[in-house]
Amino acid sequence: MNFNKKSGEHNLGTEEKQLTLWESFLGRLFTKSKFGKLFIYTILIVWSISTIFPLLWVFLNSFKPSKEIITNTFRLPADPTLQNYLNAFDTIDIGKSYLNSFIMSGSVVFFTLFFGGLAAFVMARMRFRLRGVLQTVLVMSLLIPAFATIVPVYRMMIDLELVNTYWALIIPQTAGNLPFAILVISGYMATIPKELEEASLMDGCSRWSMFTRVFLPVSLPIFGTVGTFVFLWSYNDLFTSLVLVEQEQVRPIVVLLSHVSSQYGTDYGLMTAAIAMTVIPVIVFYLFAQKTLEKGATSGAVKG
Amino acid sequence: MKGDRFVIFLFLAPAFLISAVFLYYPFFENIVQSFYNTDGFFNSEFIGWDNYKRLFEDEIAIGATLNSLELMLYVAIFQVGIALVLAVMVDSIKHGVRFFRTTFFFPIVISGAAIGLLFTLIYNHRNGLLNEILVNLGFERIVWLTEQSSLYMVAIPTIWSYVGFYFLIILTAIEKIPDDFYEAAKLEGITGFQRMTKLTIPLIVSDLKTCLVLAITGALKIFELVYIITRGGPARSSEVLGTYMYQKAFDDGAIGYGATLAVLMVVIGLSLAFLTNTFLSNKDEVTY
Repeated sequence: MNFNKKSGEHNLGTEEKQLTLWESFLGRLFTKSKFGKLFIYTILIVWSISTIFPLLWVFLNSFKPSKEIITNTFRLPADPTLQNYLNAFDTIDIGKSYLNSFIMSGSVVFFTLFFGGLAAFVMARMRFRLRGVLQTVLVMSLLIPAFATIVPVYRMMIDLELVNTYWALIIPQTAGNLPFAILVISGYMATIPKELEEASLMDGCSRWSMFTRVFLPVSLPIFGTVGTFVFLWSYNDLFTSLVLVEQEQVRPIVVLLSHVSSQYGTDYGLMTAAIAMTVIPVIVFYLFAQKTLEKGATSGAVKG
Repeated sequence: MKGDRFVIFLFLAPAFLISAVFLYYPFFENIVQSFYNTDGFFNSEFIGWDNYKRLFEDEIAIGATLNSLELMLYVAIFQVGIALVLAVMVDSIKHGVRFFRTTFFFPIVISGAAIGLLFTLIYNHRNGLLNEILVNLGFERIVWLTEQSSLYMVAIPTIWSYVGFYFLIILTAIEKIPDDFYEAAKLEGITGFQRMTKLTIPLIVSDLKTCLVLAITGALKIFELVYIITRGGPARSSEVLGTYMYQKAFDDGAIGYGATLAVLMVVIGLSLAFLTNTFLSNKDEVTY
């Protein structure tokens, strides 16, 4: 326990002091004692319970009638029922919202990857005068939050008579995600060896076929990463959706959720079913695409 | 190559055209709008700095700004702090690393709307998760969302849901430190806690800085959780800039004033990101 004395040396600024308190506390536990390991595992397990338990609770309760959720919230469902899920399809038409979400977010991913991929190829592999300027513009556009563009975008969509159509969400979300996509994809394409490009030139490839036959296939992993992130951002973006696609026949699932919270706030069964249905596809997707996502989070940590 | 100029133009045009029309133009147009008194449709009148003057007299706007800054403080300290502690802990263990990475990260992929709804159920007075636990332990039910507590109650899910993101960035940074650094430290007799303060943390300072900047700029964009859990209430006690801007521009139809609030958000975000960068400038950045 001689770490306590040494930690005194680090008390320089207030922020460091705070860290040091934590660290001296941790430091004691980092000694090879079994107690220390036990402590570390306890903390880690408590945090993972905090992430798993609430969802498990919702999931279990979604199979109970609302009355049972109130009386027996922690027990397994006495008589599991799908009534809440049927209600979700009947009263709030969650199926339609699902479809809307997938059409809109799917289109955003497609357009972002297609246009972004083409631009990234040029940014990464070709030399031209404006390249440096465009690169700076792209980096700066990562700092533009949706709040700062939404008012004019809303007015433009009204003028174009696109409000409450799929395009009203697809176009601005594509525009917002393109700079991120171009930067990350061109960063990856820049690492592809020059020989590959020269070989395809020798074979008489045009720039277009060089892109589709060589660079696109080689860069598929990064397209996957970017596509996954763009999909999640689009699927989860409540703010833009509330403004541009709020009406019943076009609203995506996040907008539906915000309506459920304000209109059906007492129908606990419906609420749990709605949460479960929003979350489960994403979790399943996450478990499959985990590696891709984690790589993206650490390499593409440019967008907040 | 022949015709390259044309190819360059053709490949870049769609992407930059879309961004120019629906990202860059609206960004500047928003600044212009902030000088108008407009409902977005028929009435539009240039009023100079009046919207900005209104901003400084609007108690709700000032309260929302203070709330946003307070949330930002909690987010910066606890999101990055908890993430750092968890990352160091996970780095020190042998078993279950994969499991913890998975469970810590997954709240990130869930939409703020779903997390918001989840927490309304957790805080619920009659049969919320927290009150049920209290009742089962023999205590009285508590009203969780009051004027005093509401800001903390939205801070908790905000912090909880994003810790995993910073955890992963920090853990990856720690794992990137070459083993020979540790071996050299071992030869010098530096182990355990000292190894962490003298070696690990200094080596990942630039990643911690990235996390802080992301956390600070991210805190300004908080919208979903507040909108769903409290709607800014009770009595505006948890109103933040994002929700207030939405309410002014799209519920009250004060488009011009909404644009002004958006400008305020950008200005605060840019200056704080700049300040963080300057104060934490790392003169001795490490590359391996």
